[in-house]
Amino acid sequence: MFEDYASGMGAAYDEMYDASDLRTPYRQLQPSLQEMGPAELQTRVEALQSSYLDQGVTFDIGGEERAFPLDVLPRVIEMDQWAKVEAGVQQRVATLEKFLADVYDAGEVLNDGVIPRRVITTSSHFHRAAAGIEPPNGVRVHVSGIDLIRDDDGEFRVLEDNVRVPSGVSYVMTNRRAIAAALPEVFAEHRIRPVAGYPQKLLTALRAAAPAGVTDPNVVVLTPGVFNGAYFEHALLARTMGVELVEGRDLECRRGRVMMRTTQGLEPVHVIYRRVDDEFLDPVHFRSTSLLGCSGLLNAARAGNVTIANAVGNGVADDKLVYTYLPDLVRYYLGEEPVLNNVDTWRLGDADHREEVMDRLDELVLKPVDGSGGKGIVIGPHATRAELDELREKVLADPRSWIAQPVIQLSTVPTYVNGVMRPRHVDLRPFAVNDGHRVWVLPGGLTRVALGEGELIVNSSRGGGSKDTWVLAGKSRPVIRVEPERTLPHATPQDVGPALESFSSQQDQQQQQVETIEEQPC
Amino acid sequence: MLSRIAESLFWIGRYVERAEDTARILDVQTQLILEDPGVDEETTCRSLLSIMGVEVDPEDTATAIDTAEVLRVLAYDTSSSASIAATLAAARESARRARETLSTSMWEAMNTTYRAIPSGHFRSMRPPVAFRWVRDRAAQINGIGEATMTRDEGYQFLVLGRSIERADMTSRLVATAALTSGSAWGTSLRACGAYEAFLRTYKGLETERGAAEFLLLDRLFPRSVVFGLTQAERALESLESAGTRVGVQNEAQRLLGRTRAELEYRSLSDFVAELPSEMERLQRTCALATDAITRRYFAGAEATEWHGVRA
Repeated sequence: MFEDYASGMGAAYDEMYDASDLRTPYRQLQPSLQEMGPAELQTRVEALQSSYLDQGVTFDIGGEERAFPLDVLPRVIEMDQWAKVEAGVQQRVATLEKFLADVYDAGEVLNDGVIPRRVITTSSHFHRAAAGIEPPNGVRVHVSGIDLIRDDDGEFRVLEDNVRVPSGVSYVMTNRRAIAAALPEVFAEHRIRPVAGYPQKLLTALRAAAPAGVTDPNVVVLTPGVFNGAYFEHALLARTMGVELVEGRDLECRRGRVMMRTTQGLEPVHVIYRRVDDEFLDPVHFRSTSLLGCSGLLNAARAGNVTIANAVGNGVADDKLVYTYLPDLVRYYLGEEPVLNNVDTWRLGDADHREEVMDRLDELVLKPVDGSGGKGIVIGPHATRAELDELREKVLADPRSWIAQPVIQLSTVPTYVNGVMRPRHVDLRPFAVNDGHRVWVLPGGLTRVALGEGELIVNSSRGGGSKDTWVLAGKSRPVIRVEPERTLPHATPQDVGPALESFSSQQDQQQQQVETIEEQPC
Repeated sequence: MLSRIAESLFWIGRYVERAEDTARILDVQTQLILEDPGVDEETTCRSLLSIMGVEVDPEDTATAIDTAEVLRVLAYDTSSSASIAATLAAARESARRARETLSTSMWEAMNTTYRAIPSGHFRSMRPPVAFRWVRDRAAQINGIGEATMTRDEGYQFLVLGRSIERADMTSRLVATAALTSGSAWGTSLRACGAYEAFLRTYKGLETERGAAEFLLLDRLFPRSVVFGLTQAERALESLESAGTRVGVQNEAQRLLGRTRAELEYRSLSDFVAELPSEMERLQRTCALATDAITRRYFAGAEATEWHGVRA
């Protein structure tokens, strides 16, 4: 199934093959799959797909519910590679926390001229309504998803920061379970760091963020509702944390406190893990027509009676223009060099950058600074002349809203396509949880795959798929074997009905046989 | 628990039960039409639709009201809200809204059941096989619920929904049995899985009166009307855990209790004489009780709208 693979490889860094040699992380995986054979693998692929439909592991595209596409071949990352990613993400989150605390308070970073004031004040995600709201334990970025790619040299680089409502972590957990079930023998041959602990880490962080004086906080997950594309994730997180999943209409604010409507009347809410965007959260401050939020939330947060996680106004930190200043911010706040580099970026708001870029639109990627989900991105080499002309007009009309980047060939990983493995471009979204003491990075994260040949956009809303992401736990520890007991405990049930009697006497005989085998000296 | 989730669980209980009971009723009636040459197909089909609460325009003579039409409206057509297909979809939608409170196995049971509808699998089964499938799936969902759900409020709401629906639907089944005479009662009992239980209880004496009595009043048979009402009362009782010393404060409890007492204390002959209208009265009570439950526990789920003005 890997026969013609090398011939399909492009200029991009392939994570499994170096020319035709296997790279280290895949030394075990590839032969195991080869041994399984194409027919068997096909069976596993089909089982994988139907299990996702049965479980309802789906997302919505324009009201249509689809199974989340999961490729059968996992992506493997070695321990030391991961150590760098982990350190880089932690550094990034620590910087973004300090930055947010600063811009919503004294704004010293602006006074010191590290980042121009107008970059902040013109960001559509800078909310004055959020100024002066002090998070109880100082955390604003409870959950983050930092998007990474590997460039032509295989180096991880940061593509963008998501510190508003990053989604996808539920698929990390369900993908792991599904792949472990689909490829148990391959799974058993590796030592893979587990991902199932995420909900507990998240709950711990949310509880730690409770308003002062609340010892046993009521934590809820706020969802826009079943029609939201990520509803599956919201329900999974609420279920695995054992907390209520509420919609805006379940909440009510009274005298600066947030309550939820229950069968026993109103109950107080202390921490809201919201999966609703700022603009829809509180109709008093933002869109007055929103039915997804609850009026009064922001005042309750300001009064210190409820914690909103992630904090309102975080969007200013993942504005793509602010992103371009991140390496400077790391140096400014932490006095360190960035562990993970950015992708080179031009700010089209700067005249000299713009001059460099405008003639080369056909070779660059242009991105709107406040877009998400791959919306509005124009990939120069793939665009028509008319599209480029239209783009040029848009950029000139509002240069602040655009950045440009060189077309980076995201690294490729073999992906199952019609019975054979083909190279497909991937990115990686590791998730980090900040509980105020430590930024914990989930080992692995969501690998998204662009399923079309040569495609570079991996978003699931644009037909992308995903891969289970294995972070190897390094050299195996010596396994301590427990000596088997000399005699087996009697497992015969105490009470059996008449129909079971003959069966259980058979069992007795078998057990006796086992015992005699055990008693023989080895 | 959240009012909205309580409401979802209540309706999961109702929808699953409704799908199952509709399948049971259709099973009886399609068999009767097939086996008994004395049965007039059109009349039976019209009455059946009306008992199931489907309005048929008496002026419309263009559409033939026959078995095929009944099956379309009550079994397969997803656009008809009374159909099994639509009911299973509604049950699954309610489950999706209460997803985080359901056990994974319970959700999967409901989701896989639902998937047979858009995939066309349900449609492709022959009617008797389809009805059996619906019964089996409902048994599986209920069984998993019984085995995996904590007996907390959520469970009580599920049982409450199921019990009210069962009382309501058994009354419809009794009403359809009264449509035709003769073998209808035996078939109704079979549809409820009650035939053997009935024969044992009544020592083999098969009478119409006995059958009606069994389906309406038997305190031990789980699909009888009285059993359903008693279960619903118990669920309400445990929801109102505070307890009151005098009388009954809960409107739904009052409605259900009064109806159960009436059933139990009035003479059976009175009931049997006016079976269809009595059954309709019972169904009205179930609807009123649902209203009362909605007001008492779910009313908070109504959205309060913010009428803001952009400054």
